[in-house]
Amino acid sequence: MTAQTTSTVRPWDRDAAQVAADAAGLIGSAEIGSTALRRYLFGLPGVDEVGAKGRAAQLGTRSIKTTSKAWALDMVISMIDLTTLEGADTPGKVRSLVAKARTPEPGDAGCPRPAAVCVYNDMVEVAVEAAQGSGIHVAAVSTAFPSGRASLAVRLADTADAVAAGADEIDMVIDRGAFLSGDYLKVYSDIVAVREICQARAAGPAHLKVILETGELVTYDNVRRASWLAMLAGADFIKTSTGKVQPAATLPVTIVMLEAVRDFLAATGVQVGVKPAGGIRTSKDAIKFLVAVNEVAGERWLDPDFFRFGASTLLNDVLLQRQKLATGVYSGPDYVTID
Amino acid sequence: MSERLDVRKTYKLYVGGSFPRSESGRTYEVVSADGAFLANAAQGSRKDARDAVRAARAAQPGWAGATAYNRGQVLYRVAELLEGRRAQFVADVAAGEGLRTARAEAAVDAAIDRWVWYAGWADKVAQVAGNANPVAGPYFNLSSPEPTGVVAVVAPQRSSLLGLVSVIAPVILTGNTAVVISSQDRPLPAITLGEVLATSDVPGGVVNVLTGKTAELAPVLASHMDVNAIDLAGAVEADGVTWGELEALAADTVKRVRRPPTDTEPTWLTDASLNQVLAFVETKTVWHPKGT
Amino acid sequence: MTAFEYAPAPESRAVVDIASSYGLFIDGEFTEGSGGSLKTINPATEEALAEVAVADESDVDRAVAAARRAQQKVWGPMPGTERAKYLYRIARLLAERSREFAVLETLDNGKPIRESRDVDVPLASAWFFYYAGWADKLDHAGFGVDPQPHGVVGQVIPWNFPLLMLSWKIAPALAAGNTVVLKPAETTPLSALLFAELVQQAGLPPGVVNIVTGAGATGAAVIGHADVDKVAFTGSTAVGKSIAKQIAGTRKHATLELGGKAANIVFADAPIDQAVEGIVNGIFFNQGQVCCAGSRVLVEESMHDELIDRLKSRLGTLRLGDPMDKNTDIGAINSARQLQRINELSDAGEAEGAVRWSADCAIPENGFWFPPTVFTQVSSAHRIAREEIFGPVLSVLTFRTPAEAVAKAHNTPYGLSAGIWTEKGSRILWMADRLRAGVVWANTFNKFDPTSPFGGYKESGYGREGGRHGLGPYLVEGSTR
Repeated sequence: MTAQTTSTVRPWDRDAAQVAADAAGLIGSAEIGSTALRRYLFGLPGVDEVGAKGRAAQLGTRSIKTTSKAWALDMVISMIDLTTLEGADTPGKVRSLVAKARTPEPGDAGCPRPAAVCVYNDMVEVAVEAAQGSGIHVAAVSTAFPSGRASLAVRLADTADAVAAGADEIDMVIDRGAFLSGDYLKVYSDIVAVREICQARAAGPAHLKVILETGELVTYDNVRRASWLAMLAGADFIKTSTGKVQPAATLPVTIVMLEAVRDFLAATGVQVGVKPAGGIRTSKDAIKFLVAVNEVAGERWLDPDFFRFGASTLLNDVLLQRQKLATGVYSGPDYVTID
Repeated sequence: MSERLDVRKTYKLYVGGSFPRSESGRTYEVVSADGAFLANAAQGSRKDARDAVRAARAAQPGWAGATAYNRGQVLYRVAELLEGRRAQFVADVAAGEGLRTARAEAAVDAAIDRWVWYAGWADKVAQVAGNANPVAGPYFNLSSPEPTGVVAVVAPQRSSLLGLVSVIAPVILTGNTAVVISSQDRPLPAITLGEVLATSDVPGGVVNVLTGKTAELAPVLASHMDVNAIDLAGAVEADGVTWGELEALAADTVKRVRRPPTDTEPTWLTDASLNQVLAFVETKTVWHPKGT
Repeated sequence: MTAFEYAPAPESRAVVDIASSYGLFIDGEFTEGSGGSLKTINPATEEALAEVAVADESDVDRAVAAARRAQQKVWGPMPGTERAKYLYRIARLLAERSREFAVLETLDNGKPIRESRDVDVPLASAWFFYYAGWADKLDHAGFGVDPQPHGVVGQVIPWNFPLLMLSWKIAPALAAGNTVVLKPAETTPLSALLFAELVQQAGLPPGVVNIVTGAGATGAAVIGHADVDKVAFTGSTAVGKSIAKQIAGTRKHATLELGGKAANIVFADAPIDQAVEGIVNGIFFNQGQVCCAGSRVLVEESMHDELIDRLKSRLGTLRLGDPMDKNTDIGAINSARQLQRINELSDAGEAEGAVRWSADCAIPENGFWFPPTVFTQVSSAHRIAREEIFGPVLSVLTFRTPAEAVAKAHNTPYGLSAGIWTEKGSRILWMADRLRAGVVWANTFNKFDPTSPFGGYKESGYGREGGRHGLGPYLVEGSTR
């Protein structure tokens, strides 16, 4: 690891050739082949599970109070991808979600808005229309989310659909089967192909979040390798989970990914984002993640461009805590809106 | 026809697998219990003690690195050789300690049996003195005994073979090496034991035997900075030195000190004990996380 | 971008009442001392906390006499099951009053409240809980049937983990049926005195636990008392040697936990992020005032620069300051004297040619502080690589092969602990076999548990504390020397 560069490259600003060149530089091979990838990924340092969990537990003991808590709560809100991913989603539900994102705290114009709403592909149009002019991004879960078990053609078409419908961000899933069977080149090529569609978006590149589904990768060594594989292939964000598999976003997994983006920045000058998704429901938990971001990756990641929370119920808990801080008394669920 | 003149043995030190004379060139007269001349034994010096420590240190990693099974076999082989020399030991013990033959035989038999008893501990002590520790966390945690290193042994003054065996065998079975100061006045069985060891599979340097004046040699070893532990069994009833003085010298390097069990020398008839072994081991505890 | 500033999150001091003066705890009561008094201060602020009595020889004599009476009349004859219940009580009381103990420990010692709260106090309680269960199972501990206690035990403990060291000493001693006279360190007597109150609360018979405060002379009086059967000491190697000398020629048994200069060995294939954490925890835990601190990092040469870079950025996130703040990682050095020693050795390191780097952190105006410091280009000949600094100062050396790592690790008169960081299992076991240290942490560091024996090789002392092995030295049949 070298000293952190002062000027960083935003990953989505790189064209495909630059991504490939960065990857080639790292793995030390002009051709990104199966053997070179494997050799590179297995050359990464291992992760000791108990040690990683211990670090997470220790960071979890940080006590964030008063002014720092107020700052953190607002930062959390601004990093939320407010999410609905249900079979029962309807246009009405999605509009309501966007409305919530537009006005998280009625009567308090100072309350920040979430970074994005995150919906299924077919709801992108509805969400884009509802979010018009709000600055709230629309993220689409694509590529045969959540399992990804469809042909590449179908997954690419899925992505193209979402981009065409106006999605600002694409949350794709990697092929965990390919990863676990050792076909790293397939995982890599899939991401490259999806990225190409994102980059081709007329209104500028759609940001690509690559979901590792860490609950299926199981080991932290796998999480680290998958993180690097995704970054080599051009991920703008690496994301823990679909939210459909348990465990989803745990603090230690997120720390392993934060270490990966930190080291990737040091190695390439490119700052990739991280998005834990699924299972973060309370302000207390979210603030632990912020502490981890601050102390593991560094404060340059305390920015919605580089850190997001994928969550559906977190926002309301943060709002309750925010009210408590403002008024000094505990609030209750009747005092925040449901989406 | 005249009677055949016997060939007498020259008694020397046993250091690093060889039998050198004392570098000082000194010897001292060893007499039987009734005052008859037996031999001139080498009177070891400070430098001999230093050389013995060096030999013991050099031999220690290899001896400790042998498998416990191998050490057990090697030590058992020593018992076989002791048995083969039984008659000579009986004669030595009888003359030196002034015992009638039957009692000398009993002492030698007990010594051989004790050696066998300790030899058998080589591959068991870790199981008895070591254990897994159920720590409150995801860690593998195991404690096991390991040899302390180089152990100085002040051998008992009276019991020249049984006492000697009772303090050497427990030291070396775990992988320690020993520098032994024999009984001052009854040193001959110690040198004969050295001859047995030299012809056994015990590597040179594992046991080193110094004969001479306890009061001259013991303080050198007690204060030697490359000695890890000292057994003071023979410092009771030694001329010119007390075990307390030696223990105080040993304190300067935090040596492990096995005090004499009682203020007079025991008979050693019932003194086989695991504690005698454990006095010269260190407990090492290894932690490792358990995770995927 | 706004930096994420952590607002102060101080633990409340109100949970503990500190009296203005304390007496000695002898025979179940607080009594006057005859040796004058000493002040104990908060090393983070230099504020005086309390006046504490100093025990002289006559006081120690009273304490030993009380302990002897209690051992012979009450504690020795008491069935193990009853002794066990007293110890369980103490464990529970410690847990119940944990916050109080944590705050007091931090005030008197200067260690971060996070550590006293999460490590010292819970472990102290766990120690009593563990040994409580042995009290009625001594027959099964591997020391023969019906093993016997020594009688009266004299114990002298250091200032770095005042309550925890007290529990390491008292719990196994009482479980085995001994009674104790314990002397806490002169700069950190308060948690032991609060413990004395807890002993009263537990209803422990008078004389079973006696606490005599004071400095070195008091300690020497405890160790040297003719009616003490066994001594146990944790502290410096120099004092340990003098104790070994003091008891030479007597029939007193001893356990000594002395200094260390542990090697924390990092191979190029280490789980690097956890290794960095392990190094940080190894040397900056309790400001490095830990006998088993990993004060020497031996790093495989090919990994040196990367490790140093990572270590420096990690140290940049350590928070030094008010020990009572829950977010503080590095607290105060325990005393002016200790700070002076750290300064002296660090200056020597620089003078001898090692390269000094300290984390950039603001040092509070009052109190005793030393920033986390790393020396690179250290050679085995430097004083900072040989002498125990007992402060937040790390020396980094390199090695090329496993055998060289072992040789360098051994190149010290100490042998308390060692660390190994590598992903290769067989190499861990190879190294662990060879390292002459009482505790070997592989891919972890500074872990403690009441079931796990702790103690050193060579000049780091002898005897073990913790686990079944820690029980033996408090029993006649379990004492090998």
